[in-house]
Amino acid sequence: MTGGQSPAHAGSDGAGMTEQTLKRTPLHALHVAQGARMVPFAGYDMPVQFPLGVMGEHLHTRAQAGLFDVSHMGQVILRGPDADVALERLVPVALKELPVGRQRYAMFTDSSGGILDDLMVARREGHLFLVVNAARKDHDIAHLRAGLPEVEVTEVTDRALLALQGPRACDALAALIPDVAQMRFMDVASHDWQGATLWVSRSGYTGEDGFEISVPEALAEAFAQALLALEWVAPIGLGARDSLRLEAGLCLYGNDIDTGTTPVEAGLPWAIQKVRRRGGAREGGFPGANVILHQLENGPERQRVGLLPEGRAPMRAGTKLFAAEGDGSPVGQITSGGFAPSLGRPVAMGYLPARLSAPESLIWAELRGKRLPVRVGRLPFRPSTYCK
Amino acid sequence: MRFTEEHEWLRLDGDVVVVGITEHAAEQLGDVVFVELPEVEAMVAKGDEICVIESVKAASDILAPVDGEIVEVNEALVDTPGLVNDDPQGDAWFFKMKIDDTSILDDFMGEDDYKDFLG
Repeated sequence: MTGGQSPAHAGSDGAGMTEQTLKRTPLHALHVAQGARMVPFAGYDMPVQFPLGVMGEHLHTRAQAGLFDVSHMGQVILRGPDADVALERLVPVALKELPVGRQRYAMFTDSSGGILDDLMVARREGHLFLVVNAARKDHDIAHLRAGLPEVEVTEVTDRALLALQGPRACDALAALIPDVAQMRFMDVASHDWQGATLWVSRSGYTGEDGFEISVPEALAEAFAQALLALEWVAPIGLGARDSLRLEAGLCLYGNDIDTGTTPVEAGLPWAIQKVRRRGGAREGGFPGANVILHQLENGPERQRVGLLPEGRAPMRAGTKLFAAEGDGSPVGQITSGGFAPSLGRPVAMGYLPARLSAPESLIWAELRGKRLPVRVGRLPFRPSTYCK
Repeated sequence: MRFTEEHEWLRLDGDVVVVGITEHAAEQLGDVVFVELPEVEAMVAKGDEICVIESVKAASDILAPVDGEIVEVNEALVDTPGLVNDDPQGDAWFFKMKIDDTSILDDFMGEDDYKDFLG
């Protein structure tokens, strides 16, 4: 038997790094104690799965609540009187109107409209709080410092970041901090726990209701232990994190979005508010605005779609897509794909020309030299259950 | 039962060799969700990638451990890939091969050697 690599993570892991150079999160010892299988990911030694296994962890998160260590992600604070308007120079998202206690999804764009990274922007009292992808945090911080010289950019390096996801996530976190039950999807708030201040947002990367919680590192293990002491909370690794986000139709940076894809092609136009679009009060003014605003008005030539292989074979990232069974040249390719545990079938996402991207369209994928039929489906594959 | 360094097992059943993956391999893969088997009557050479096994997170291949002809495949794995996790060294055999010289099995590791190999 050969292989066994995780293609979903191949694009953004810490390839070539030795164990000595891998960084550890504040929860590393806890993961090892819980029997995690650890792998290098974005320069960190991270749990890919726990003894429950990827399938079990995935289904547990959908049924109960899963606890994820996402401390490898970048936490960044922006300070300055006009940090919000300044940040609008780097993202096509409206931030000036963002109220204290709310967050928005955003992406850094480049001059051709491509995506440099995707991120969350929260307005907390007196500053903006950003969460960026692990593999991109050094890039993003340099990009912020270069692009926003008048803004104070501070990387938060003394806090862990945990995600608690699933239908019983709120029960679990409210058992420790009752006030979180008042929060709604994309709310952010500070809550005290055992003398420390936690930065909580009601959001996540699974399609489930849940929270992301920034915790001072000294308290991170105790906080995780307090949640894991609840019988319905299980630790979840990166493997299930990937299958959960795939079912939820959420993009993985480096796979589904990168500098070769625009937010409009990626199906993320909802993240671009009217005020930043043509005719809006703060139209354009971000990198690649000409490309992105043109695509918003005229539609993109290709777009990200959900894909449902008709057979049982999972189709992974890199699989080529064809308009007809006998065609010589591909019209697109799969950017994420695999088995969807909650649906009991393979699913994938990829890019297709607009003319082929209507739901139910039949296209063909080439797998191990064979052409196999695939239907275009709707995203998300499974309805999300956010607490709106 | 004999074992390969690629974590496959071979068992002689009359004049055919039965092939599967080891318990260690099944555990490393995690929950198997898809199996693709070779064609019966296919002539295969040692090292050919002849089966595909996919778990939720990864795809792997099974290599032909020796030269020979595929004479039977375990269709039950196609309908119930999870058998590979339930009974990898028993019911979840993948294929049977006819080979010229069954003494070639002596070239592979025995159970104790395989345990040492796993470390």
